[in-house]
Amino acid sequence: MQTFRAATKIVADMFRYSPAFRSGSTILVVLLILAALSVVSPYGPSDRQVVPMNLPPSPSYPFGTTALGQDVFWLTAFAIRNSLFVAGLAVVIGRSIGVLLGSFSGYTGGATDRILSSLADTFIVIPRLPLLMLIAFILKGTITLSGLAVLLGLLDWAWPSKRYRAQILSLREEEFTQTAIFAGMGSLKIIIREHLPFLIPFLLADAVSGFLYAIGMEVTLSVLGLSDLQTPTIGTMIYWSTYYQVLLTQKLWWLIAPVAAAVLLVVSLYHLSTSFSDYLDPRRRLKSLATSQGGAR
Amino acid sequence: MSALLEVNDLCAYYVTSAYGIERTVQAVERVSLTVRENEVFGIAGESGCGKSTLLKILLGMASPPLRIVGGSVTYHVNGGSLDIFALPEAKRRQLRWQVVSYIPQGSMHALNPVRRIRDTFHDFIRAHRRLSKRQIDEFVGDYLGNLGLPSKVLDSYPHQLSGGMRQRITIALATILSPPLVLADEPTTALDVVVQRGVLQFLEEVRQRQESTLVLVTHDMGVHANLADRVAVLYAGQVVEEANTTTLFAQPVHPYTQYLIRSLPKLDDRTERLSIPGRPPALDNPPTGCRFHPRCPYAMAICKTTAPPLEQVGPNHRAACYLLSARGGDGSHA
Amino acid sequence: MKHYLTSYAFPRFLQWLVVIVVGVTVTFIIPRLLPINPVEETLQNVSATSFTDPRAVADFKKSIEELYGLQGTPEEQYVHFWERLFRGDLGPALSAFPTPVTTVIRNAMPWTAGLLGSTILISWLLGLILGTLAAYFPNRVWTHLLANSLVTIYPIPYFILGLLLVIVFAFYIPIFPLVGGAVGSPSLSLPYLVSILQHAFLPALSLVLLGTAFRFIMARALAGTAISSDYVTFAETAGLPKRTILFHYVMRNSLLPQVTDLALSLGAMFEGALITEVVFSYPGIGFQLYTAILQADYNLILGVTLFSIVGVATAALLIDLSYPLFDPRVRHS
Repeated sequence: MQTFRAATKIVADMFRYSPAFRSGSTILVVLLILAALSVVSPYGPSDRQVVPMNLPPSPSYPFGTTALGQDVFWLTAFAIRNSLFVAGLAVVIGRSIGVLLGSFSGYTGGATDRILSSLADTFIVIPRLPLLMLIAFILKGTITLSGLAVLLGLLDWAWPSKRYRAQILSLREEEFTQTAIFAGMGSLKIIIREHLPFLIPFLLADAVSGFLYAIGMEVTLSVLGLSDLQTPTIGTMIYWSTYYQVLLTQKLWWLIAPVAAAVLLVVSLYHLSTSFSDYLDPRRRLKSLATSQGGAR
Repeated sequence: MSALLEVNDLCAYYVTSAYGIERTVQAVERVSLTVRENEVFGIAGESGCGKSTLLKILLGMASPPLRIVGGSVTYHVNGGSLDIFALPEAKRRQLRWQVVSYIPQGSMHALNPVRRIRDTFHDFIRAHRRLSKRQIDEFVGDYLGNLGLPSKVLDSYPHQLSGGMRQRITIALATILSPPLVLADEPTTALDVVVQRGVLQFLEEVRQRQESTLVLVTHDMGVHANLADRVAVLYAGQVVEEANTTTLFAQPVHPYTQYLIRSLPKLDDRTERLSIPGRPPALDNPPTGCRFHPRCPYAMAICKTTAPPLEQVGPNHRAACYLLSARGGDGSHA
Repeated sequence: MKHYLTSYAFPRFLQWLVVIVVGVTVTFIIPRLLPINPVEETLQNVSATSFTDPRAVADFKKSIEELYGLQGTPEEQYVHFWERLFRGDLGPALSAFPTPVTTVIRNAMPWTAGLLGSTILISWLLGLILGTLAAYFPNRVWTHLLANSLVTIYPIPYFILGLLLVIVFAFYIPIFPLVGGAVGSPSLSLPYLVSILQHAFLPALSLVLLGTAFRFIMARALAGTAISSDYVTFAETAGLPKRTILFHYVMRNSLLPQVTDLALSLGAMFEGALITEVVFSYPGIGFQLYTAILQADYNLILGVTLFSIVGVATAALLIDLSYPLFDPRVRHS
C-alpha cells in the first residue's frame, strides 16, 4: 500500500513539473485508450468488405476506409493493440534472457563470465536484420504474431545482458553489498533486498528501449511481408496500404494512420523514459534548476 | 605583515527548487577572516562544514544555485583593493591564477588524461600570458628544475606518472604564475603517509620560494600542527575559533576544537580516542542558536536559542562560545 | 608496436574470428532447425506451375539440394558450407539465374558502402560536436530546440522516418527523386554524378537524421561526465578559455568511448541503411535483399546474410584496431 502511494506521488510530481512527462504520458494514454477500444469494435480485425471502399476521412468514418473495405479507425485500434502485444512479448522474452544471463555472468565471474560476455559481444556485432529476414522468409505465411514476438525476443538479449552484467558488477563492488556480505546476509537476500531497488529504474528504462526496438523491427518485417499479414498491426497496415499503391492513388489516410500511430507511440514512450530517468538522477535536476535562480551577487 | 585577503561577514546559501520543493542550504554563515601575506593559514573542519563552498567563493566562482546573501570578500594586491563581488566575470577570470590559485582535492585526477604535461602547462600559462611556445617551454623547464622535478615529466602523459608526482605537477601548475595566495583543498587526503609528507614539504618549499600565502584546508589537525601559522576552525558553515597554531593547540576554547585536537593520536598516550558523538548537521535546517549545541557536552540553555558571537579571547585568539563568558573570559576549562 | 600487436590487436582479432564463426554457424543452423524446408517449398512452387514427372522432379530436387548445399550429413554440409565460403562461392542467384550471388552483391555493394560510409561519418561528427556543445552550454535557447528535436526523432524507426520523408517529398516538396540510385549509365560525367547525389539525398537525410540523433544523445551524456570531471573543473578554475576546454579537455576525452561505441553500433547503422534502401528503392544490398524476398531467392538471401555478418564484423574490427590512435593511455603503457 505504501509503495502504491509513493508511486502515485511520483507520477503526480513528474506530471506537474516535467513537460516531457506530461506530453509523453498524455499521448500514450490516448493511444492506449484507442487500443482498448478495439474490444468494442463493430468489426472483427480480419474482416474485409464491411464498409464502402476507399472513402476519405469523414464524420462517419473518421480515419477513412481502405481499398479492402475496412474502417481505418477500428483497424488502427487493432493495429496499435497488436503491435503493443508483439513488442511487449518480445521485450519480456528478450529481457528475461538478458537479465538471467547477465546476472548469472556478473555474479559468477571467472571463466563462465568471460565466455558468456564474449558470446554477448558476438551477438551484438552480428547484424540481426538479415538473420531475421532470413528466418521470417523461410517461415513466410506460417508465422503468427506470437511467433514473431518470440523471434524478436530471442535475438534481443545480447545488449541487455551486457548492461545488466555491468550493473550487477558495479553493485557488487558497492560498499553496502560488502557490508551485507560481512553481516552474513545470504546471496539471494542480497540480490532481492539490496540490489533490486537499484535495478528497477534501470530495468524500466531498458524495457522502454527494448520496446522501441521491437516496434521498429515488427514494422520493418511486416512491411516486407514477413509477418502475419492477415492480422492488423502497424506494420501490416503499412504493408497493405503500400501494396494497394496509396502513394500513387493519393489515398494517403490508410498509410498516415499507422505511420502517425507509430510515431506517436515511440516518441511518447521515449519521452516517458527520459523524463523518468531525469527524475531519478539527482545531478541532472540540480543542474537544470541552477538556471532558475538569479546569478551570484 | 599586511592583510592579503579580507572576508567580512560572508553569508552564502544554496537555493534550489525542484519538483515543487524549495530548499535553502545555509552553507556559509557570517564568516569573517583575515589572511596575511607570507603565511600559512589553516582552515580546519569535517566534510560538510562549508569549506569547499568558501573556497569557491574566494576564487570568485560562486554561481547558481550558490547565492551570495551578504558580506564581502576583498583582495589587497598591488597596492589596491579588489572587491570580488564587484568584478565582472572576465576580471574574475584574470584574478584566478595570477592573484589566487587553487590546488584541488584529489589533485591526482586534475590532469587531463589525453594531454601531455607540457601541453597542459602551455594551456594554463597561455590563458594568462602572451608568450610563445618556446618561451613557455623555457619558463616551465626552469621552474620545474628549480623545484627539483625531472624535465622528462614534460613529455609524459599523466597515467605514466606516480600519484605523488602527479600531485607535485598539479602544485607546480597552480603556482607557476607566482600568485600571492594559494588555496589548497585537502592536499593530503587519499595519500599514504610517506607521500603525504613529501607533498607537504613540496608545498612549503614552493611557498617559501615565492613568499606567498598558503591557505590549507583540511580536517587533518596533524597537518595544521605541522605547517600552519594560524588556524581557523570551521563548523557547520561558521568560524567557531581562530588562533595562532601554538595557542590553538595549547588552549582550545571551543568544545569542537578540543575534540578535534584530542582525536589526534599521541605517541606516548595510550588512552582511547573519543570521537565526537553525533554527526554534522544538515545545513538546510541547521540547529537553532549555536549550531554545535546538539553535540556539545557543555551546552547551556542560551546555546540553544542564540548563536554566540565571535569574541576576542586573547591576542590573535577569537572564539564563538558562551563558555567564554561563563568562565570569566579566560577560556580555560575544568 | 609489439605491445600493440600482442596485447591489443590479437584479442580483438580473436573476437573477430569468433564473431564470424558463430555468425556463419548460426546462419547455417537456423534454416535447418526451422520446420519449413526451403527445398520442398521451392519444389512445390515449381511443380505447381510446371511438370510433375516424378523422375524430373527427383532430378530437380537433387540439383536444388546441391544448390542449397543440402546433400550429405549435417557435418558434411557444414564443412562444405565453409569450403564454399572460402572459395567465395555463394551459389547462383535464383532470381537472376545464373548470375552468381557474389556478382549481385558486388554490384550492389558500392551503393550501400557509399551511402553508409558517408552518412556514418557525417552523423558521427555532427552528433559528437552538437552533443558536446549542448552539454557545455546547456541553457541556451538553441540547445533546447536542438535537443528536443533530436530527442523526438531518435525513437522513430528507420522505416517510418523514410516513409515520412517520402510522403513529404512526394506530395508537398517534390524536388527530390524518390526511387533509384541514379539516372543513366555509370560514368564519371557530371550529370551522372549529380544524379547520384540527387538520388542519394533523401536516403542519406533519413540516415543522417537518425544517426545524428543517436550520437547526439550519447555525446551529450558523455560530455556531461567529462565536464564534471576533476580535470575540467581544474582547468575552468585556472581560467582557461572555453574554446580550449571544450576541445582539448571535454571533447578529446568524451571522444574515446564514442569510438568504441561506433564499432558496436555499426550493426544497427548497417541495418538502418538496409531498411532505408528498401523505402527508396535505392539499389544497394538492402534493396537486393528485399527483391530476393519477393522473388523467393533463398540463395541470395543467404548470401547477403553471410556477407553482412562478415562485413560488419570486419568493419567493427578495423575501428577497434584504430582506437589507440585516439587514446594515449593505450598507446603508451
